[in-house]
Amino acid sequence: MSSPSSERSEMASLLAKSNNPIFNLFRILIKTGLSILKQPHIDSKAFRQCLSLFLFFGIWQFLCATNFNYFINFDFVPSPLEVFGATMKFFSGNFMVHIQASVLRVLIGFLAASILGISLGILIGWFQKLEDLLFLPLELLRPIPAVAWIPLAILMFPNSESGMMYITFIGAFFPILISTIRGVESTDMLLLRVGQCLGAKQWHLFKDIVVPGAMPNIASGLVIGMGNSWFCLVTAEILAGRYGIGYFTWESYITSNYPPIVMGMLLIGLLGTFSAFVIDQLTRILMPWRVTKKQSA
Amino acid sequence: MEKDLVKPVKGFVQVENLSVSFNRNGKSIQVLDSINFKINPGEFICLLGPSGCGKSTILNVVAGFLKPTSGFVFVDKRHVDSPGADRGFVFQQYSLLPWKTTFQNVEFGLKIQGVPKVKREQLVNEYLNRVGLYKHRHSYPHQLSGGMQQRASIIRALVNSPSVLLMDEPFAALDAQTRHMMQELLLNIWSDLKLTVIFVTHDIEEAVFLSDKIFVMGVNPGRIKEKIEVTLERPRHGDVMLSREFLELNRRIFESIREETLKSMEMD
Repeated sequence: MSSPSSERSEMASLLAKSNNPIFNLFRILIKTGLSILKQPHIDSKAFRQCLSLFLFFGIWQFLCATNFNYFINFDFVPSPLEVFGATMKFFSGNFMVHIQASVLRVLIGFLAASILGISLGILIGWFQKLEDLLFLPLELLRPIPAVAWIPLAILMFPNSESGMMYITFIGAFFPILISTIRGVESTDMLLLRVGQCLGAKQWHLFKDIVVPGAMPNIASGLVIGMGNSWFCLVTAEILAGRYGIGYFTWESYITSNYPPIVMGMLLIGLLGTFSAFVIDQLTRILMPWRVTKKQSA
Repeated sequence: MEKDLVKPVKGFVQVENLSVSFNRNGKSIQVLDSINFKINPGEFICLLGPSGCGKSTILNVVAGFLKPTSGFVFVDKRHVDSPGADRGFVFQQYSLLPWKTTFQNVEFGLKIQGVPKVKREQLVNEYLNRVGLYKHRHSYPHQLSGGMQQRASIIRALVNSPSVLLMDEPFAALDAQTRHMMQELLLNIWSDLKLTVIFVTHDIEEAVFLSDKIFVMGVNPGRIKEKIEVTLERPRHGDVMLSREFLELNRRIFESIREETLKSMEMD
């Protein structure tokens, strides 16, 4: 076995010899990255996070600028700068209609999914008979992707708006349902016994032990569900409409206007991340008793 | 002194012909074989024995968690068939509800019973003060030390004024110093409240220090081998552990349990 240091020098020399522009870029990036990271005063979390974004956009711009074409073709991929241009244009126009329409669809779908997912999940998790009655059909529907629901959504719902909300609902419902069921099922036997010894009957066991015990699981279901809801937005807005970020993205594709597509994608990513973050924070406020420990290596 | 005149009226426990067997891989394993005992109101009893002697199983039956294969348990002449607030339980594991503060945990039983809020607060605070947890009443369990959590668990059971307090190796997870403090604290509370305690342990010193009577248990199947009266004077403090009487009792029980432990090792 070769020692790690000799391995590293081998790799370095291999990189140095190469005339490939990609390898050269990597070499430069690794070198500068390492030298920056070695300095203690900027070895902070915020710095590393900024660096990650900088690298992401930097590499992307580089691949576009060099018309990278090994298996994956970047010829037609809009560069960050073009996307930035499209973004400026979008925000100087009537952008709020689009954002409002999308946010409303996601929120209503998510809200309905939360209410139904949590209440059904708690019932299914707690009552064996209800699980027998409900779980199989739900399991059957669960793997069906949002796209496959489009025809039925058109046929079933009175207007396209409610159809679209249904699609965002589908995205959020199943993660919330499954996490809630798991949370209720993982109720600590010991704590149930504690309750029984204090004279608690079904209702108190349920309200004070089962439901709070399932809350951490429900919370992670909500965070995942929120993300999934945005995930399904483009699919939903293919359905119809004149407004919405998903619609805007899809329309740009049909009219071969590429930079706005990427902008739409990033905007959905951004809104999705932000709303998932909000849900995460809200659920944390509801659970001040929770200890979160993380490895800080 | 007045307290001593008050004779406890509740907490009379009868266990009659109690047998428990489990099915494991199609084979029936007898865990307890015709256990019989009576505990008078206000007595402190220890069930002492090597692991596998079924001492926790007895406690679980008395608590109502486990149905016996045959036999009966009566608490104050009432037949036990399910858990209830008349039998307080303190578990070995930390068992405060993580989502309730110390105060809310202790209050939980009273809330279930529908005790009015003002009365609840007064009672809970009184008990919190009694065990030095008033300062920590708004802390969540994960912010408390192991000893604090067990103190809270004890008063959570006591605040409902149960007939019997069942304790399943409640101090086993604590360090030696804290354990001694907790034992003395428990004796203090017990002598104030005059309630019946059934305390499960495998620690001989702990059993001798705490109890009026020790039921030494044997294995295969689990049964009560010996009932030993502990006549050490009360109130007891840590220094009683250095007395000759204490040490002799200790040794006698040690021999008795050693026999059983060897037996259980042979059976494996």
